[in-house]
Amino acid sequence: MQKIMVCIKRVVDYNVRIRVKPDGSGVMLDGVKMSINPFDEIALEEALRIKERSGGIEVVAVSIGVADTQQQLRTALAMGADRAILVQTDSPVEPLTAARTFLALAKKESPDLILLGKQAIDDDANQTGQMLAALWERPQATYASKIEIAAGKASVTREVDAGLETIEVDLPAVITVDLRLNEPRYVKLPDIMKAKKKTLDVTSLDALGVSSATLLKTVKTEPPAQRQKGVMVKDVVELANLLKNKGLI
Amino acid sequence: MHKVLIVGEHDGKALNPSTAKCVTCAVAIPDADITIVLLGNDTSKVATQAAALAGVKFVVRVDRPENAHPLAAIFAPQVAALAAEYTHILGPSTSFGKDLLPRVAALLGVAQVSDLMAVEAAYRFRRPIYAGNAIVTVEADASRKLIATVRVASFQAAASGGTGSIESKALAVTLPTHTRYVGAKSGSTDRPDLQTAARVVSGGRALGSAENFKLLFSLADKIGAAVGASRAAVDAGYAPNEMQVGQTGKIISPELYIAIGISGAIQHLTGIKDARTIVAINKDGEAPIFEVADLGLVGDLFQIVPELTRLIGA
Repeated sequence: MQKIMVCIKRVVDYNVRIRVKPDGSGVMLDGVKMSINPFDEIALEEALRIKERSGGIEVVAVSIGVADTQQQLRTALAMGADRAILVQTDSPVEPLTAARTFLALAKKESPDLILLGKQAIDDDANQTGQMLAALWERPQATYASKIEIAAGKASVTREVDAGLETIEVDLPAVITVDLRLNEPRYVKLPDIMKAKKKTLDVTSLDALGVSSATLLKTVKTEPPAQRQKGVMVKDVVELANLLKNKGLI
Repeated sequence: MHKVLIVGEHDGKALNPSTAKCVTCAVAIPDADITIVLLGNDTSKVATQAAALAGVKFVVRVDRPENAHPLAAIFAPQVAALAAEYTHILGPSTSFGKDLLPRVAALLGVAQVSDLMAVEAAYRFRRPIYAGNAIVTVEADASRKLIATVRVASFQAAASGGTGSIESKALAVTLPTHTRYVGAKSGSTDRPDLQTAARVVSGGRALGSAENFKLLFSLADKIGAAVGASRAAVDAGYAPNEMQVGQTGKIISPELYIAIGISGAIQHLTGIKDARTIVAINKDGEAPIFEVADLGLVGDLFQIVPELTRLIGA
């Protein structure tokens, strides 16, 4: 194994309570704190741990987005990525476009492994990794909670609805990561200083030959229906009686 | 007419209830002609179940040894090979469908609508974003194939009584050998399936240990409920991952949901907001779970839960 590519998305920080614009045209993003998608951060952490175990591996962090996405890539470099590439665009990027873009980068970089989060916490699409694997004509292992690399293969434990499933894939492969794979490290100040000297290349969709055309049109954005607050009961006897009387148990 | 292909989920013995929910979603597409495809080693049994779902016209069986386990890299080229004559391809938004459908979409070069929660027109749908904190209406190009995963909590299961016809198909598709199934581990349980249970009892970090989850099992067994857990409880090791309810776990819509010692983080509430009745038991009266609960009780779960279990039996 020589190279791991980690795909990162800039998203609204997970602590921010998002609000829908009154005119229904989207969610309010002005002045909102942006961060690395938490699942992608776990993917990067895993890449760094694989590198620390084996040595001699280059970790390349890549992203697609507005110019300010450089902030998230600098954070990735501070965490320990060796270099970064930003495919800069102001257009909205659908998962298929993202997959085509990462494919173009994969063809240039020839990584042995591509790691990314199972989904981004903004559009919750859960598509990019699977699409990338299909276009790259390589294996996919989604929802990874454990990854073991040996002899050109990855053994991946996946979190599935029924429990845990283990599959084996030949490398190169795409692995999307789930929450319990690891806990990402904190970035220390000296690392932030060091990251400023690392290479961050900027390219474009055009340069990679990828169209930014979108296939889906968002017509309207609304807040979800709210549940009504119910009643408080005084004790367990009242609760049991209410459940029985309502025919719930 | 819209020709809808549903990729059925099953384990060879039983059709997963998510398939019947996809059928209800497909029925909502105007003028839909519905086919279910089943890939497996031997789908004879599940094909009969699929053909009996009301609204299903055809069931296509694709049996071959490589299909013994649902690996996306193996299934996707076969679904893509079947796609030509269909306008819509649907699969459940379960770990099976979420893994598979995007791979199919990419092979066909089309977009996917994830977690479809309502059909407004043949190419117009509603889906949640930002963990359900916003709902978008999206429109797809009617000249292209529409691929979607169906948010199963948003649809009732289709009734039985259908009389679909079953046909076996051999597909001339070369399958990759780069992906191999090794094994699975699941906490086998006699309790109802969490994803489809009518009643669910869930525990949070306040349970304090895996041992204390037995309190919930006693209550659940008394009322025939499935048992779930919050992400905090799973992260703490009190419950296995397949019990997690919430945005990154299972999104469920039971008739009755009893949240015990769960504070109600937004990502948990996302997983339960389609429940008919929510009951919350928590020692903190300010916990956000009470904002969405139909019935709330503030107090010590270690006293309340055994007492409730006893009273229900009385």
